This record gives sequence, structure tokens and C-alpha cells, in this order.
Amino acid sequence: MSVLLDSSTMVLVQGITGREGGFHTEQMQSMGTKVVGGTSPGKGGTTHLGVPVFDTAADAVRATGANASGIFVPAPFAADAIMEAAAAGITLIVCITEGIPIQDMIRVKEFLRGYPQARLVGANCPGLITPGQAKIGIIPQRITSPGAVGLVSRSGTLTYEVASALSAAGLGQSTIVGIGGDPVLGLTFRDVVELFVQDPGTTNLVLIGEIGGSDEEHAAELLARGSRLKAVAFISGRTAPEGKRMGHAGAIISGNRGTAKSKEEAFRKAGVAVAETTDDIVGMLR
Amino acid sequence: MKLLEYQAKEVLASLGIAIPPGVVARNPAEAAAAFARLGPVAVKAQVPVGGRGKAGGIKLASSEAEARRAAEQIIGMDIKGFKVPLVYCEAALDIAREIYLGFTVDRDARANILMLSAKGGMEIEQVAEESPAAIARLYPNPWRGPLDFELTQLVFDAGLGDLSRPLVSLIKKLYRAIPDYDALTAEINPLVVTKRGEVIAGDAKLEIDDNAMWRHKDLEEKYGALIEGDPYEVEAKKRGLTYVSLDGDIGIIGNGAGLCMGTLDLVQRAGGRPANFCDIGGGAKAEVVENALAVILMNPKVKGVLINVFGGITRGDEVAKGVVTARDNLKMTLPLVVRMSGTREEEGREILKRNGIEPGVSGWEAAKKIVELTRAGVT
Repeated sequence: MSVLLDSSTMVLVQGITGREGGFHTEQMQSMGTKVVGGTSPGKGGTTHLGVPVFDTAADAVRATGANASGIFVPAPFAADAIMEAAAAGITLIVCITEGIPIQDMIRVKEFLRGYPQARLVGANCPGLITPGQAKIGIIPQRITSPGAVGLVSRSGTLTYEVASALSAAGLGQSTIVGIGGDPVLGLTFRDVVELFVQDPGTTNLVLIGEIGGSDEEHAAELLARGSRLKAVAFISGRTAPEGKRMGHAGAIISGNRGTAKSKEEAFRKAGVAVAETTDDIVGMLR
Repeated sequence: MKLLEYQAKEVLASLGIAIPPGVVARNPAEAAAAFARLGPVAVKAQVPVGGRGKAGGIKLASSEAEARRAAEQIIGMDIKGFKVPLVYCEAALDIAREIYLGFTVDRDARANILMLSAKGGMEIEQVAEESPAAIARLYPNPWRGPLDFELTQLVFDAGLGDLSRPLVSLIKKLYRAIPDYDALTAEINPLVVTKRGEVIAGDAKLEIDDNAMWRHKDLEEKYGALIEGDPYEVEAKKRGLTYVSLDGDIGIIGNGAGLCMGTLDLVQRAGGRPANFCDIGGGAKAEVVENALAVILMNPKVKGVLINVFGGITRGDEVAKGVVTARDNLKMTLPLVVRMSGTREEEGREILKRNGIEPGVSGWEAAKKIVELTRAGVT
């Protein structure tokens, strides 16, 4: 079992003819993801990587029945691509693009209220993968393996680190969801935790958070109500100084808000084990 | 990008908001000339951080000699890591009351929030803690902006109904900083009502989204160079790197912010002290790695460098080539530990080995290794 996506999900790639879009479409296809088409305005009617290319998302959805989309277009065009996907009827929109202006994302969030069936993952995220079935995004499949650990993270590379360690220890994953490092995101920690709680195929939960905002605290509140999942959390940025943006637009401590300490305490209070390093996570799940 | 006060005020003035008469002074003679033009002035340090008053960065001058002396004392001062490049000499206002007005991004609500309070002149965080009811709030629709009736309600909620006409008009002007300039924060505190009833921006804070600088090249060109922060951060920015200076002696390069932050935490746990945060991001090219190493090696405190790369969108072979070329080009002799895995890692490892660099095993092992090497001073 899994959350958000499985082998039946029909995936559209927005920006399929770009360098990154093309590279990762091949990776997605190689693990069996059902990529049904791509978009690239002006290249409609052609074929790329064995799938039809359309000028717009609406054309693609009409012709292929795609219900999910991976967005690999450059930042100045990404917000529009998200809204285009929602308006075309896509229900799972995964935006990999980094560097989208925050005001663009605030407008996107307001726009998406008109499309309650559309779920957005990201932006500025590695996407998601249900090992052995399908992926949308850039998470390398060879470090993942099918199983029952749900993994949700604000980071890209740190997620790979943990997935790799889990797989090496024989702990497979139900679904790995990278929610992204921006301050204004689609799905939150709490949203994804709720999905994992409802998924009978998930028995364990790993949360990889970082400094900034209070999304981890909100997820902790939910878990504090009691859940059947055995959970471990890790927060990066313990050594980060106040007021400095640590790479991710969202990774910033403001005054005494958004510290690693506050997040770790929230998880401990909720009965969630907190790992000192990512290497400790595997041992704590067992 | 956080603008300096005078820059923020220039932007506000361009939006039609009244600001006090003021003059920028780069040296004591210019401050004296400002006094001659404006009379008694506040001489204010221009730095993109708060708390400059407490740090001695604001002085009142009631004579030409005082203005000159104030500028002498303030220019070149260090306020929270920022060297003061110039002062802003501003005519004193005849203050009747002080109001707080500000837009900022509410992360939890994933929206812009507008706050208005009759309690101006103090930190809004303090007002929020002590008397939250004194702040009126509105989440303007980001597509159309706040409407007149919404703002009228806000103004009355804040207990400022007697000023509803000028305030509604002024708030609509300030709102333009969001769609026109991608402002993340646009704050006027205090917003001064003078004894003659004029409404004037006493101070101004404007932070522009770094992700949106590509559509505000004019602001970057006009103001960017003047903000003199940490020299390594300035150099890193020129080279297009995501870099933050810290006060240790182990240089860190990672791909991805989370991994990079995690690497800092590991180094500290291993007993070392990171000199910096440097995220070379997804799709890092050879030249990016070289740029990152070059900036880190500028810092004479650095005794060794740890590179931690886990590949997703980043290709291991490109990273390895970059590391080798950078080390050779920069004639680097300090200890270097490279931990690498992910896409095309085998090719990457081969390239490193062929060039005499041994790849580390895990992030934790690599962190321990670099701490050990820098302690021993071995090259």
C-alpha cells in the first residue's frame, strides 16, 4: 500500500523536452512509472522519450487521461504551470522547480482553493516515490525499497541519505514524500502524516524536518493525539544561527521561532522519538 | 534583499507615501551640509538590521558641528556584523501619535498578513505578546489586493477610525510594494501623525524576495552593492552561491540545504566547528564546486574542507571533476574529505581515486575524519 501515488497513476511531465525534465522522465519510466505524455508549448504533436508531447496541460489531459503531473519548468514559469495543471483537472501536482518567488506561490495557494481536488507537493522538492511502483520527481529509485515505512521530509538530499540507510537495513518504504524547502508549500508535514496514518500499508513513520516555520510542530500536535504509527523524527539545523537563511528559503529562525530545539521538544512531547543524527534513525525504528 | 532605511523610503516615496525630508551622507562634510539644508536632524546608521538605536547608530544633531561629529562616529561602525557605509540625515518630525503598519508573510497561513495598530514605535512582536487585541489583522486576497471596505473595517478595528480616509489610501499605496516589488516585508513603524495632521513614514523596512530579484534588476543595481555585509558572503553572492558565514574553522560544501545543515550538525557533534554553510544545490556543475572552494579558501581561519554530496538531480561525475579541477586550480593543500554517493557515483568515485582523493564512507565518518585531520594539522 502507499499514499498519493501507485503503479496505476497516469503521469504527465510538464517541461519534458528540457534537460532535467527529459533526464528524470527516463528515470521515472525505467522504474515502471506510467508516464502518459509531456507538455512543451510549440512542440505539440511530436513524440519525446516514447510519449506524446502536447502544447498545453489541458490538451494532454484530454488526450491521455493523466491524473498526476511532474513540473520541471524554470522558476519564472513554474507557478503558472501549477495553476495550468490544476485547471486541466490534474489531482496530484508535483513541482520540483526551485526558486519560485514567494508571492507567486501565495497567489497559487489562493488559486488552488478553487480546485479542492488538486493536491500540490512542493515546490522546491524532490517529489515522491512509492518504491517498486512509481515516482514523480527526482528521488533515485535504487536507494529505495518497497516496505512499510512512511517517510516525509522538507529536504531532498537528506531524504536520500535516510532512504538509503533504511533500504540497506532491510526497512522498505511505503511512500517517500519530499514536501520541499520553501516557506509557502503545497502539502504540509501534517497533511502527509494524516495520509500515512490512514494508510494500512504504513506501520512506521520517519519525519525529516528542519529549522524555520512551525509545520513540524503542527504535525507533532496531530501525532500527540495518538497514532498507531511508530514514529521517529530528525531535525537539521541545530547549529544554524538566528536570522540567517540556510539555503532553503524557508529555513530561517526568526527571533526564537522555528528553532530545531522547539521542533524536537514538540515531537518528544507528542511521544515521537527524536534522532540525534540520521544514522541513528534505523536503530530507533526497530 | 533587505533594503536600507533610506532606500526603502525612496521606494515608498515612489509609491506616493509621504516621507520626512532627508539627505544621504557618505562623510562628515556631507552630514554638515545636510544640517545646513534641513536644520536639526537625526543622523541614522544605514544597516539592514534592527536594533541600531541601541547600538549607538542613531544620534540627534542640533548644530552643524554635532552633525559632523555624529557622522564621524557612526560611519564605519560595526552593527551586528554590518559595517555602516553611510548615514541618513533626516529632519525631526513634530510627532502627535505613532502607529504601526506592516505587511509580512504569515508562513502558517501561507498568505500575506496586514497588521495595523495604534501602538506604534515599538516592536510589533512585543505588542503581539503584551496586548494582542491591539493589533488589527487582514489577509488580503493576493490576486486583487485589499478592498476599501476591508481596510476601513481594519482601521476602525484598530481604533483609528478618525484617520480612516488617509490610512485607507496610504495602506493601498504600501500594498503596491507586494505586487510591484515582491516585498516579503513592507513595514512602517512608526507611521507618524504630526501635530499638523500629516501622516508620514517615520521609519521603513522593506525586504525583497531573493527568488524574485530577476524581475527587480533595477533595485539590485541601484541598491545591492551598498549593503556591506560579511566579505565572504558578498563574494559568494557575486559567484551565485548559497553561502552563510559561521565562526569555526572547517569549511563545508554540501548539495541541498537539508544535507548541508545536517553536515554542519555532524561536524559540531564530532567536536569540530563549521566555518560556513555552502549549498551547491541541485545540478551542481564543476565550476560551481570550484567557486565554492575558492570562497571557502579565502577565509584564513579555514583549516580543512569537508564536501558532502548525495546525488539526486546532482551528478557524481560532474561533482568529482569539479572537486579535482578546483583543488588543482586553487593549488589547495589543506585537508580535504569528500563524501559522495547518488546518481553516477561510481564514475565520480573513480575520478576522485584516479586523482588521489579518497572518498569518505558516510557523512558521520567523513565529519569525524575532517575533524581529526584539522586537529592534527596533517595535509
